[in-house]
Amino acid sequence: MLENFREAFDGIWSHKLRSALTMLGIIIGIASIIAISSTIMGTNEQIKQNLVGAGNNTVEVGLYQGDYLLDPTYQQVPEYVTPLDGSILAEINKIKEVKDASLFNRRDAYGMIWYGTEGLNQGSVYGVDEHFMSVNGFVIRSGRAFLPEDFARFRKVALIDRTVSETLFMGANPINKTIEIASEPYVVVGEFTQNSAFTPTITSINDYFTYTDHSGGKVLIPATTWPTLFGYDQPSSVVVRAGSTDEMTEAGKQTAAILNKTLSGSGDVTYKSKDLLEQAKKLQELSSATNRQLIWIASISLLVGGIGVMNIMLVSVTERTPEIGLKKALGARKRKISAQFLTEAGVLTCIGGILGVLVGVGLAYVVSRVSGVPIFISWYIVAATVVFSFVVGLFFGAVPAVQAARLNPIDALRRE
Amino acid sequence: MIIELEHIEKTYGSGASQVPVLHDVNMQVKEGEYIAIMGPSGSGKSTLMNILGYLDTPTSGTYRFDGEDNARAGDARMAAIRNKKIGFVFQSFHLMQRRRAWENVALPLLYGNVRRSERRARAEEALRQVGLEDRISFYPNQLSGGQCQRVAIARAICTRPKLLLADEPTGALDSKAGQQIMDIFDELHAQGMTIVMITHEHAVAARARKILYIYDGWLKEEERL
Repeated sequence: MLENFREAFDGIWSHKLRSALTMLGIIIGIASIIAISSTIMGTNEQIKQNLVGAGNNTVEVGLYQGDYLLDPTYQQVPEYVTPLDGSILAEINKIKEVKDASLFNRRDAYGMIWYGTEGLNQGSVYGVDEHFMSVNGFVIRSGRAFLPEDFARFRKVALIDRTVSETLFMGANPINKTIEIASEPYVVVGEFTQNSAFTPTITSINDYFTYTDHSGGKVLIPATTWPTLFGYDQPSSVVVRAGSTDEMTEAGKQTAAILNKTLSGSGDVTYKSKDLLEQAKKLQELSSATNRQLIWIASISLLVGGIGVMNIMLVSVTERTPEIGLKKALGARKRKISAQFLTEAGVLTCIGGILGVLVGVGLAYVVSRVSGVPIFISWYIVAATVVFSFVVGLFFGAVPAVQAARLNPIDALRRE
Repeated sequence: MIIELEHIEKTYGSGASQVPVLHDVNMQVKEGEYIAIMGPSGSGKSTLMNILGYLDTPTSGTYRFDGEDNARAGDARMAAIRNKKIGFVFQSFHLMQRRRAWENVALPLLYGNVRRSERRARAEEALRQVGLEDRISFYPNQLSGGQCQRVAIARAICTRPKLLLADEPTGALDSKAGQQIMDIFDELHAQGMTIVMITHEHAVAARARKILYIYDGWLKEEERL
């Protein structure tokens, strides 16, 4: 066996140019498969990241009327929705997929928030608990976060995000300024931002509408002060952080199930999770389906490469006829002769496959640089394509190998 | 008796284009004999040689080698006989250019599934027998024609075969190198090796103990020396 490999490498090495040209078909085939699959998976990863956000893994569970989030500013909250309190979080935190959870209230901030004569006409105001910042992955950029006393003493303090800061203060320092929320004065104590600076990759107008955050600015106030503004019977939402992106769907569903148990009746308003992962999957399927056709086309070049290998192996058999004759005379069995040629074909295509992988990875890198799609090499696919190229070699090497084994030793020896 | 040929016929082709090559060949070779077969080209001596070496099969007749009739043997059995019991020496050496001398010699041992360490030892021993102990790791293109043929002889004898078949072993060599090769054959014969050699040089054939002549496929006469 070792001897077969040695002869195979010898044979390939002694005809470097020919071997390289023979491998070319295999290299191109494998390279395109790697590049295409990398693009498919990169695109999928990008869709997922764009929708789900990088590494945040948060899922919001709120009241939905049909498919739309219910906003108490504009819609009537049904009687059977009972207000939630913090005790529900203990139960939610028991869900295996949930790492952390936070209860909050939210309203559209339109016409409600002012700083002097500057008003916020897009955005939401949130009544939040102590966990809200950490669950969402928000960090303070300037100023301070809410303190336990803020909650305990019903302090009228607010945190704002960058959008709000720019709209209301137009670049001036917002810290310690007093703003008006629903006619009540609140002091801005800090500005917050998402911890990972994640911005979705936008390559088309469709991407823009799909991925861009249109919710406007966020203003956070302690949940304990919320009733002063909006009363006690406000519906709440829950945001949970899942252990991993793939657990988001499950975490959201389980949380919604727990919340739905608090409803005292039934109707078209229920708690639902805003399942971005599910949405991402649908988009991924769409993009994969078109690209998968390309893999079949790439496979054709692999087929052509395989035929090239067969052609060269046939030439090689003719060329090495005296050698085959000698080996037979020295006692090599047919099986041995065919194994040698099969090994050579297999090694040839396997090397082609490995080179193809390298070229493919390079190609994927170039595609990624040009189109902005992240590079995503699956080692499973790399291994599969190398094995596949080896199989192509064995398949197309079979005919030449059998032909070599059948050679009559005297004919083979006589030809010089 | 190593070789017993009875009424061997060999015909190439079929139907109207049949070409008879060997006619009713009868021949016996005892263990330890040294025989030369002479004849002009096209006389059928190579065909006879191929049949003796299990590289070809007779159209009819019986060939018993080492007491066994292997007419119905399959590829594996034939390959095993060639590998273990017969050593071949060819006019044009047939050495593998990319293999060192000892690797060329060890090739039949590889097909005989001899262990690697033993292969090397036996190859070196065979090379010593032909006087090439100082060329063990040379490549064929670093050796002279005579040395190449000696490597080929070492390859033929390293399996300790029952029969050594040589097809024009000096045909591609100058007379001095040819002499050396013939000396090696003499030595092997003295050690008890059975040798059948094809040649068309009288001086070479004269070294054998018995000469057979073949003309147009007929094995004519034996000449005892």
